[in-house]
Amino acid sequence: MAIGIRIENLRKVYTSPPPSAARGGGFSFTPQRSGPKDKSKKKFEVVALDGVSFEIRGGEIFGLLGPNGAGKSTTIGILTTRTQPTDGRAFIGEYNVWQQQVEAKRLIGVVPQRPNLDFALTAREILLFHGAYFGMSGKERARRSDELLERFKLTERADDNVRSYSGGMMQRISIARAMMHDPEVLFLDEPSAGLDPQTRLLLWEIIREYNRLDKTIVLTTHYMDEADALCENLAIIDHGKIIAQGAPKTLKSSIPGGYLLRLKFDRAPGELADDLRQLPGVTEVRADSKPEADIYADRGGPLIGPIASAVQAHGLELRDVHISEPSLETLFLHHTGRSLRD
Amino acid sequence: MNWKTFYAMLQRDGHVARRNLLPMLMQNLLQPLLLTFVFGRVLTASGMMRLDYKNILLPGIMAISMVLSGIQAVAMPLIAELQFTKEIEDRLLAPMENHWLAVEKIVAGMIQALVSGLVVIPAAWLLIGSGVQLNIDNIGLFALICFLVALFSSSGGLTLGCSIGQTQVGLMFSLVVAPMMMFGCAYYSWHSLGAVSKVLQYAVLVNPLVYASEGLRGTLVPQVTHMPPMAVVGALIVLDALLLVAGLKKFRQKTIG
Repeated sequence: MAIGIRIENLRKVYTSPPPSAARGGGFSFTPQRSGPKDKSKKKFEVVALDGVSFEIRGGEIFGLLGPNGAGKSTTIGILTTRTQPTDGRAFIGEYNVWQQQVEAKRLIGVVPQRPNLDFALTAREILLFHGAYFGMSGKERARRSDELLERFKLTERADDNVRSYSGGMMQRISIARAMMHDPEVLFLDEPSAGLDPQTRLLLWEIIREYNRLDKTIVLTTHYMDEADALCENLAIIDHGKIIAQGAPKTLKSSIPGGYLLRLKFDRAPGELADDLRQLPGVTEVRADSKPEADIYADRGGPLIGPIASAVQAHGLELRDVHISEPSLETLFLHHTGRSLRD
Repeated sequence: MNWKTFYAMLQRDGHVARRNLLPMLMQNLLQPLLLTFVFGRVLTASGMMRLDYKNILLPGIMAISMVLSGIQAVAMPLIAELQFTKEIEDRLLAPMENHWLAVEKIVAGMIQALVSGLVVIPAAWLLIGSGVQLNIDNIGLFALICFLVALFSSSGGLTLGCSIGQTQVGLMFSLVVAPMMMFGCAYYSWHSLGAVSKVLQYAVLVNPLVYASEGLRGTLVPQVTHMPPMAVVGALIVLDALLLVAGLKKFRQKTIG
């Protein structure tokens, strides 16, 4: 049976900088600064997750969408036993991830954001040893590793040390490794970052194929099209909070109007905004003291003429127009007022 | 506890160690053996040192080799694996409690330390030439001391490996390893330090290598003056426990976000 995931009210507050940023990883030969300067310094505290809850059905492809630093990787870190939550609980199937780590680890495969390959080994050895860690028999390991190397087009370089691999190849072998022990749940943290378009399509195909075996797939991404193309359900996360959740289609249809027109002027629109609200098909206009306005409407191009006339009538100059079709990008903009890449 | 996973990880470390066997042996054994040749052969044959100095030197060289290889076998790979590439994560995600991975690292380090120590005896013997009189009366005690020395060196390696960053490896050698070797009673007996300074003689007791050198002296060449073996065993057990606890704690801190 496919394994589902449930997280309840997760909170994570980092009280120290990540180990790579901390000086010498907690032990230093160079003297630490001390004295009044240090004491007046604010205590390091970053709230990465602030009461996040959601449920992932077994056998679905679920996407966590959000800009950099939104809390996606922290969520994945907690679900994969690598990060201790400050508060709240996470379950893989029936296992509480933090309390039943070994059972949870047996069910999951993880593709990290940055390849964390065992650089002392070749690609084939990475797969073989990974299988051995999960108690697979020698025969089974050999068969499965051959199969995966072939699937990920790495057979030719299988016996090279992975140190000599390109970024894309490292990414492919880390995905192959995560699938080696045939986990019920596959986590992919920004899997297509740094992949060329071809490899990206191969990856999508492999993800769909794996999902057809009734496996649950959780991926994080900041690419709209990836979430749109792959995911059956989505949670959009920003500043450690879930801001929207549901199937991509439902989410997109929840945006007022669907189309978004972003306008830029030579000065603040002022009363022009009221006139724009009266235009046919317009459902919402957002404008403040900045020389710009966001229009949500049920049409795009056909509105340009009326907008141009209204702008002229108010004596403003139109500097830029951008039309977005209904998409997750506009959804994100609608909820946060920022673009995903900001 | 999942023994299959534990054993697979030992195999992985063994595989990597075998692949790096030659550079590793050079790294761990060349320097002590060169020292053996100079002190044990050149200086004694030329009459600048007494001949029975050879008996004092051999156990010391063995202690240094064991301790150095134990520390390096655990600390060096660990320092690399804990960098931002987080190479170690594939093993942290294996179905086994994380602290067993630390224990596995210690066991792998102990095996390397014991191999290095046992290789040194015949090698040093050949280099020093005639005049060394090994009297292993109590093989059980000798084995116990070897085990305890291997354990503290690889636990120490775990503690160091989880405490310092890649940029500080050079400093580790000049600030931790070098003084430890020089004040580890490897090239002289602890007893003889009393002639230099009583304060120094007691100060070096914090150095675990002292017990390794003196313990091996007491079991390999009991005819020379040495610390009572039971005191050595007691001190080694205390040091083992301290370093083991510290190493496991550091490992946990380092591997959990």
